[in-house]
Amino acid sequence: MTLLEVRDLHVDFHTRDGVVKAVNGVSYSVEPGETLAVLGESGSGKSVTAQAVMGILDMPPGRIPKGEILFHGRDLLTMSAEERRKIRGARMAMIFQDALSALNPVLTVGYQLGEMFRVHQGASRKEAKAKAVELMERVRIPAARARVGDFPHQFSGGMRQRIMIAMALALEPDLIIADEPTTALDVTVQAQVMELLADLQREFNMGLILITHDLGVVADVADKIAVMYAGRIVETAGVKELYRSPAHPYTKGLLDSIPRLDQKGKELYAIQGLPPNMAKVPGGCAFHPRCPAARDVCRTELPPLAAVGDGRGSACHFWKETLGE
Amino acid sequence: MSEQSERGVPVRESEPILEVRDLVKHFPLTQGVLFKRQVGAVKAVDGVSFDLHKGETLGIVGESGCGKSTVAKLLMNLEQPTSGTIRYKGEDITKLSARALRAVRRNIQMVFQDPYTSLNPRMTVGDIVGEPFDIHPEVAPRGDRRRRVRELLDVVGLNPEYVNRYPHQFSGGQRQRIGIARGLALRPEIIVADEPVSALDVSVQAQVVNLMERLQDEFGLSYIFIAHDLSIVRHISDRVGVMYLGKMAEIGTDEQIYEHPTHPYTQALLSAVPVPDPETEGRRERIVLEGDVPSPANPPSGCRFRTRCWKAAERCAEEVPLLAVPSLYAESESGAAHPSACHFAEERPVVAAA
Repeated sequence: MTLLEVRDLHVDFHTRDGVVKAVNGVSYSVEPGETLAVLGESGSGKSVTAQAVMGILDMPPGRIPKGEILFHGRDLLTMSAEERRKIRGARMAMIFQDALSALNPVLTVGYQLGEMFRVHQGASRKEAKAKAVELMERVRIPAARARVGDFPHQFSGGMRQRIMIAMALALEPDLIIADEPTTALDVTVQAQVMELLADLQREFNMGLILITHDLGVVADVADKIAVMYAGRIVETAGVKELYRSPAHPYTKGLLDSIPRLDQKGKELYAIQGLPPNMAKVPGGCAFHPRCPAARDVCRTELPPLAAVGDGRGSACHFWKETLGE
Repeated sequence: MSEQSERGVPVRESEPILEVRDLVKHFPLTQGVLFKRQVGAVKAVDGVSFDLHKGETLGIVGESGCGKSTVAKLLMNLEQPTSGTIRYKGEDITKLSARALRAVRRNIQMVFQDPYTSLNPRMTVGDIVGEPFDIHPEVAPRGDRRRRVRELLDVVGLNPEYVNRYPHQFSGGQRQRIGIARGLALRPEIIVADEPVSALDVSVQAQVVNLMERLQDEFGLSYIFIAHDLSIVRHISDRVGVMYLGKMAEIGTDEQIYEHPTHPYTQALLSAVPVPDPETEGRRERIVLEGDVPSPANPPSGCRFRTRCWKAAERCAEEVPLLAVPSLYAESESGAAHPSACHFAEERPVVAAA
């Protein structure tokens, strides 16, 4: 059975300036052991979708008017709060971007790691502490036994991110959602953390949703990709197909606009204009004001996410031409 | 720009516009409340030397804590160096009087990383961009300022009608353009840019990088471009310096550094950068370093990288390696013949060609 299936999810925010439709009909699925990368710029709805899946969206102002989130076939949105709480943390866990603000600064890391076992499994303090040490060893924190009583500020950025990963793994969840897990880290540390995450995923056969804006990290670890723009998925594909032949002009523009380590290159291709204001999303295809291939139909008609062969999808009226180039 | 080739690469024989020699900045660590006594020092920058030529871009890369931002502050004279010299057109700017310094500062301007905090939220864009004229009134006479500000906004690709708007009315990329316009106001010769695109979205980064390249050609600017993103640094730089824990590990042209790195740290750094291409990605060899960067308050003896280096030997703990062309390549014509601060410097290609 599919581990997680999001179907036609909509998320609105009610603000003073009116209703902001942050997510408009997003569907994706993750199988056990699979890595789905959700790629998008700020405001594309990638994190809001993940928060809805985790059930940590602030409601109000958020609202989910439509959609289903099936976890092992059961809809999370119709569950009682009590049932949902049992799943969150135990069966699915989240890793945040900024470990320093995600960890409690006045509690030791050992206490925070042990909390998982005390709350979910009713472990005693002593058992919880032993398990915390075990977890810290598993994420390769040196001298784990000596450092279990340290506070978050006593660890470096990379070590703190390891503690976040340890916390997410504590109860051996089936699904991990990682929201920009390495964005705040240095390159050499980023490589360490991604490698650790990939090893652990393999070991436990977990599904992983990796939310990021970094096309490099995605190419490295993902099996498939969903590209989001203005609250919708504009392209889905296996990682190789997407990089070889993007089927949406936005994806193509993104790929062309990044400087390459292995090439000097001339002027960079730049996507014109700015990401849209989500309170005033352009009509028709939301990307049309920035799209080099836009025509009349793009201004009036919303392109559906159409199948473009072997499990790929593109929400562009002219995907054939984009692919053909 | 008669002395420049088409891509803005300077003729190497030209006099350097900026010469930095043995630059050192130690921040004291003190203990005690009433009677402060120094118990140590954070060696943020510990002997860095480089040149900047006219019309050239020197990229400085390194991880957090390597001292690259402190170098920027020293160049701007926002911090006083502990020792060492910074010569601008032959004159040491670290020892200038306040009045002479002001004249020099006009020619060296800075663009900051975070466009959200580096613009005063209570000033209009016109006031922000025009503020440098208050300090240097000789550049633009009072009556002319309005026009100059509108011109500057136009140059950086913003609508000149926006002069009366406030920073919060702009997106991140537009704010960075405002910061660049302010940097350009006094027609400087050198711009020190500290992570100018790190806070921006991918699609907007390319716009700002292109803008900076266009301005360089138009005004003959020299850039010090500080960043942790090695791909962007390669794209914009003519020469690149790699810093580690307050020292320059390796310096050379972009091709020497990226195609022929000889310092193990540079090799590890380059191999760790994810390449946005799943097919080459699988073929690349990746060097994953152990551990974290040591504290600059207590750096390792000898070579500072030795605690994480796979080549480290006894000699590395005893002897500080000098930044020089490795003897192995002294006679060589190859790209590996550039300064590298390693006892065992040896070429190892890590960037797979596409």
